[in-house]
Amino acid sequence: MQVEVQLSASLREFTGGAATVSVEAATIRELLRKLVERFPRMQKRIDEGVAVSINGEIYRDDRNQQIPKGAEVFLLPRIQGG
Amino acid sequence: MATDTTFTNQEFKIVGTRPPRPDGVDKVTGRARYGADASAAGQLVGLVLRSPHAHAKIKKIDTSKAEKLKGVKAIITSADLPDLTKGDRGMFDMLENCMARGRALYDGHAVAAVAAIDAETARQALKLIKVDYEVLPHVTDVDEAMTPNAPIVQPHVRTTGIEPKPTKASNVSQKSEFGHGDIEAGFKQADVIVERSYKTEQTHQGYIEPHACLASVGPDGQGELWVTTQGHFTFRNVCAALLGMDIAKLKVTSSEIGGGFGGKTHVWVEPVALALSRKANRPVKLVMTRDEVFRATGPTCSTSIDVKIGATKDGRITAATATLRYQDGAFPSIWGMLGAMTSFACYDLANVKSIGYDVLVNRPKVAAYRAPSAPMAAFAVESTMDLLAAELKMDPIDLRIKNAAKEGTRASYGPTYGPIGIGPTLLAAKNHPHMKAPLGKNQGRGMACGFWFNFGGQTCTDLNIGVDGTVSLTVGTVDVGGSRASLSLMAAEELGIPYDRVKCTIADTASLGHNDTTEGSRGTFSSGMATIFAARNAIQVLKARAAKMWDIDVADVDWKDGRAVALRAEHGNLNELTLSEIAAKSPQTGGPIAGHNETVADGAGVSFATHICDIEVDPETGKTKVLRYTVIQDAGKAIHPDYVEGQFQGAAAQGIGWALNEEYVYGKDGRLQNAGFLDYRIPVCSDLPFIDTQILEIPNPGHPYGVRGVGETSIVPPLAAIANALSNAAGVRMTHIPMSPPRVLKAIKNGRH
Repeated sequence: MQVEVQLSASLREFTGGAATVSVEAATIRELLRKLVERFPRMQKRIDEGVAVSINGEIYRDDRNQQIPKGAEVFLLPRIQGG
Repeated sequence: MATDTTFTNQEFKIVGTRPPRPDGVDKVTGRARYGADASAAGQLVGLVLRSPHAHAKIKKIDTSKAEKLKGVKAIITSADLPDLTKGDRGMFDMLENCMARGRALYDGHAVAAVAAIDAETARQALKLIKVDYEVLPHVTDVDEAMTPNAPIVQPHVRTTGIEPKPTKASNVSQKSEFGHGDIEAGFKQADVIVERSYKTEQTHQGYIEPHACLASVGPDGQGELWVTTQGHFTFRNVCAALLGMDIAKLKVTSSEIGGGFGGKTHVWVEPVALALSRKANRPVKLVMTRDEVFRATGPTCSTSIDVKIGATKDGRITAATATLRYQDGAFPSIWGMLGAMTSFACYDLANVKSIGYDVLVNRPKVAAYRAPSAPMAAFAVESTMDLLAAELKMDPIDLRIKNAAKEGTRASYGPTYGPIGIGPTLLAAKNHPHMKAPLGKNQGRGMACGFWFNFGGQTCTDLNIGVDGTVSLTVGTVDVGGSRASLSLMAAEELGIPYDRVKCTIADTASLGHNDTTEGSRGTFSSGMATIFAARNAIQVLKARAAKMWDIDVADVDWKDGRAVALRAEHGNLNELTLSEIAAKSPQTGGPIAGHNETVADGAGVSFATHICDIEVDPETGKTKVLRYTVIQDAGKAIHPDYVEGQFQGAAAQGIGWALNEEYVYGKDGRLQNAGFLDYRIPVCSDLPFIDTQILEIPNPGHPYGVRGVGETSIVPPLAAIANALSNAAGVRMTHIPMSPPRVLKAIKNGRH
């Protein structure tokens, strides 16, 4: 399934400035793996921490999360709390 | 499904009631044991020597005289904490923050530590350690740190987030940008544009209990740590990594916690205490003084923020921008980025841009503080919203209602919102009696909104049923605000037994799988989810045991109201079995009955609040008094409403202190001038009115009971709500937090709007 991933500005340096990237992925894990395959420099940033928003719900950890067909997908920096 | 996270809108029998908290008696009688309340045979006293300079090269540390002092058992410097971080810069920063490595980066940075037989000997030893410093130029102000000639705090740092990649060192560690639409076109559509700059000073979480621990490491490489922390599993992992220990060989037990609010999510003295113990081969107790807590733990950022908002005459916002400069202390972090993400999150904006700068200065490493970064951004944006309302001659709350984000709004930080609660909190505020109450002379009213993300994370829970039918619930998220009560309520609800049949305990790290730190308002959300699932797991076992007792197929057994029920007509002669009856027979039906769950609890759902505040100002002195304060927040399902209200009130109280009094004051020498509660004034009861609360229960669709985090969001609006109230009372716009009497008086005298 083709997923249109939208990237926040701070992550676009890894995609040559592209704000949206299209990858074939069914889960968050697959999505991140495919992004690293295309943009190897992104690995370090993903290791440092990112979050994936699927239809407005932010997933920081659950890489098993399924991506529904036609979902809005955002790659965001990982947030911290108090 | 047993582990389905979907909200089911079930009717509750126990959840939503207000029983006494299980840790209450211990806390009011003094029986509760905090970080400094542990002791061990042969324990030593640990003390830390700290840099008196904001920025210095450490040329030499001579410990020889101190080592000869009778009663000194160990002295450590960075040489005793070798770099085992394997190129992980974040871990290296933690190591360097715990003990300076050839350079002191802020006033209070640890340079050496001593373990001795008593405090007097340890203090004498500290005096005998000679440190040869070469003092370097320093910078403590966020705006100054961004100027081209500012002293560089971290020479290895190159600003990320800008193209082309810089080759020169900078104090700006990161630039982050969020938003969408066409800003220029949006401002062209505006009939009114308001632009203003703001500053907020650095504040501390002000937890009453200082950092404290008891560390013990033996020559066999095994260790134990008793510590006040928000996350003992994280402390274990970090300490083990920094000291080269095996994770399984370091057992960390969390004490009761006397406040954390984000400040106890990081290690500060704990690796030092472990290293001292390892060197001395004796237990070491290390308790920070209040002076050390202020100078050398993690306060929040000071900031400098510019906001510009444009709107049409009818009050529709056409464009909004913010530039947010946050100082992170001496080590890079993400606080400016978080400020940029949260700044406009309350609103439905077609054209929006926020730029965050993370800036290094010679101050202590900034840590999280309750909804970190959001209060300062909200102060700037919500103050500008009031200015815009005034320009438009519109009621400030109507302007916000008109532009509030809703389901389907694209958030300023990117994603599209699902069901959210900003609109309902605004409507509740508009209709609240507080909004209509009369005001007297020199009195003003203000309101403001706030947003916070919330999150979940790794969680692991055990539930064991005793032969008497009582339940031991074992969780790994530190209880910072009453979660033992809320988790017990959820276990009781799920099992169908009374609340007082459940005892909830926070396990040490050897007794349970990893649990993430209690931060991001995750305790009741994530451990609640794991508790529900563990209870459902136990119910499966209970049903199987009942089937054995009845000698029927388990498929014919259901669980209703705390009882096993035989389903089919041919079992009509079987009496229901209570949980206690099944538990009593457990030794003969297969042994102990337990439930377990490990999960990654995502789907926490975002949270919003609206606050209303009345202030009176004395125009002769600048003194202010908070007359009335109301908090309205979307809590999802309030599991234990007392503690939800307590979180709302506590967050508002901290916000009031931040808004009106609290401030780190640095001298020109880069040293902190007010490292104590006499000179750094947090609010006491007599400074505060009763803080009224209104809980809105808009269920989180991603939690079986509809729970959202509640602990952080309500510290977001107070800075702005109070600034708006005070500005209305004084007749001058306040743009600098804290609005302490001298600053208010100056603003009144200058009469600037």
